[in-house]
Amino acid sequence: MANQSRRQFLKTTALIGAGITGISSKNLKAAPKNILDENRMGVLVDTTVCIGCRKCEWACKVAHNLPTPPIEAYDDRTVFKQMRRPDDKALTVVNEYPPKSSDEFPVDVKVQCMHCDHPACVSACIVGAFSKEENGSVIWDTNKCIGCRYCMVACPFQIPAFEFGKAFHPEIRKCDFCFNRTKEGKLPACVEICPMEALTYGKREELVKIAHEKIRLYPERYVNHVYGEYEVGGTSWLYLASRDFTELQFPKLGRNPAPGVTEAIQHGIFAYFVPPIALYALLGGVMWINKNRKKTSETE
Amino acid sequence: MENLMKPTPISKKFFTPGVIVLSIFAFIGIVFVILRLLFGLGAVTNLSNQYPWGIWIGIDVAAGVALAAGGFTTAALGHIMRKEEYHILVRPALLTAMLGYTFVALSVALDLGRYYYIWHPLIMWNGNSVLFEVGMCVMIYLFVLYIEFLPIVTERFIGRVNFPGFLKVLNNPVDKLLRLLDRTLNKVMFIFIIAGVVLSCLHQSSLGTLMVIAGPKMHPLWQTPILPLLFLLSAISVGFPMVIFESLITSRSFGLKPEMNLLSNLGSMVAPMLGIYLSFKIGDMVIRKTFIYLNEINTTSILFAIEVVIGIVVPLRIFLSPKLTKTPFGLFIGSALVIFGVLLNRINNFIVAYNPPYKFTPYFPSIGEIGVTLGFIALEVLLFRAFVMIFPIVSVPQYVTPQTKFTVRGA
Repeated sequence: MANQSRRQFLKTTALIGAGITGISSKNLKAAPKNILDENRMGVLVDTTVCIGCRKCEWACKVAHNLPTPPIEAYDDRTVFKQMRRPDDKALTVVNEYPPKSSDEFPVDVKVQCMHCDHPACVSACIVGAFSKEENGSVIWDTNKCIGCRYCMVACPFQIPAFEFGKAFHPEIRKCDFCFNRTKEGKLPACVEICPMEALTYGKREELVKIAHEKIRLYPERYVNHVYGEYEVGGTSWLYLASRDFTELQFPKLGRNPAPGVTEAIQHGIFAYFVPPIALYALLGGVMWINKNRKKTSETE
Repeated sequence: MENLMKPTPISKKFFTPGVIVLSIFAFIGIVFVILRLLFGLGAVTNLSNQYPWGIWIGIDVAAGVALAAGGFTTAALGHIMRKEEYHILVRPALLTAMLGYTFVALSVALDLGRYYYIWHPLIMWNGNSVLFEVGMCVMIYLFVLYIEFLPIVTERFIGRVNFPGFLKVLNNPVDKLLRLLDRTLNKVMFIFIIAGVVLSCLHQSSLGTLMVIAGPKMHPLWQTPILPLLFLLSAISVGFPMVIFESLITSRSFGLKPEMNLLSNLGSMVAPMLGIYLSFKIGDMVIRKTFIYLNEINTTSILFAIEVVIGIVVPLRIFLSPKLTKTPFGLFIGSALVIFGVLLNRINNFIVAYNPPYKFTPYFPSIGEIGVTLGFIALEVLLFRAFVMIFPIVSVPQYVTPQTKFTVRGA
């Protein structure tokens, strides 16, 4: 009798184990891959060239069908009095930092999604609504999103914005690198409109080379740092500046990809589902031993 | 004596002054829930693009999951270690866990921008996402908890199914169904009990991994790669104190005598667990040299100090004293402090430690957020009271000779 129940027990345990492993292998296959195509695109932002005309803000809104005032309204420079951040109504904004001395120019910095090579949002998203595309853009699928906002918690640049004011079908909004335009061979809207050519669209690898060449040619013009080359494992958007990036309110980030640690922990705890199954087997064993011990002590 | 303790539905008046106060809180909470559903998250909460997660995640979900740990710790003790004498504590703990997780699920749904898509993770999988893992485990565990509760339902209603009016025709089939369930569940219950413990270990620890991805946005006092271990250890530590706390309150509120023997024994098991948790917490602080942040006196460092000293060290001292663990008062204070410590730890991890690089206004929960949180807690307590009065959950001394199972059911 005891034998039989033991066999039955082992059988059920094995069945459950098989079931869970079956789930896990599918699970891993469905996980989004970070596509790091050699020819992925990027944008080099030369903040020493930007004059803060904010035409990019206007073009971005037009390209994404967001309500926007007429282009003339963007000549108003009083908006620079306070720092602004991209939100659900503006996917990119330009901030101006006053000059340190009278012979310097103010520095204007365009802010938008950096399109990381190893995006934290892609890793974090519970339903895989975010994806890193071959051309470098990190885009968001509205049909999957459940609005949990974990992407916002995860993003090291604090970029994704949420429509908190909407009760039904709120969206996560962020720069999508004009995915629909670049697909058709067009330039991103902000790059296309920039009158100063402060934005350069091209292959990321070449942009990195250009950036370093610029620094080499004009060492007095730039600090020796291409922001985004290595930050959080590299981003598609790269920045050049005349001042230390922390003065321009860029977050100080290490070289490790943002999702690296969690994915290591996560895949350690769930390594091929061995740890949970081992725990299950262990607990089952303990339960069975204690049950038998109880029985023998009762019969004695 | 032990043989005479039997889970029995408790017959008392449901409405007492305390219940009426709780009902008011619950009502206010429900009103805010309706407002949130009608007008959106922004209308009711202080959440913003700077602070995407607030107390509905930090307290209702994270702390809720931790404080429901009594379910799996007593299941491990009673069923897996087969300490039969603790069985009278298993049912209340199971009920707490079941209600707790149900409200965790409700809170998550409420906090989701698109609550009607809550089923998406079931078919849209992202194995890299910690949240996905937590979500799946919690969902499956909730299902397991309902199954573990079913025998209590069958025990209550077998032979007593009595629908009013024209529903009478259902009496026989439902009774047969309950009997079938009872027979099958008896044989397979061990699968679910072990699964419940494994699932709990998994998602309790993964809950800790959740904020690791925030990286430099999280204060170094809490940001550590061993967060999953700390979360698991603290959940295990708070399991028994929750059971003790509830048992003392339940017996008080229903005028029963607390089972001091059992509760003292349970209390003596808390100290070692708290000790392990504390040593990992301090060890991690020493290895990462984060104690430097305690030099600067600000809200963050003070909250960390409170969490460790009042939430771990003081109760550890209480539970180490054999004299104090023998008194209801000592047990009650010790348990309450552990619960407070873990609650504060979850708030600290999810809200206090979250420090985004760009912020305009600091986050403080709105009246709506607080109202919903209090309302849900009140509802949980009310449901607990109702369940205890309907189902055989709390064990009471039987002064008559206990009848055997089947004569009661009139089979």
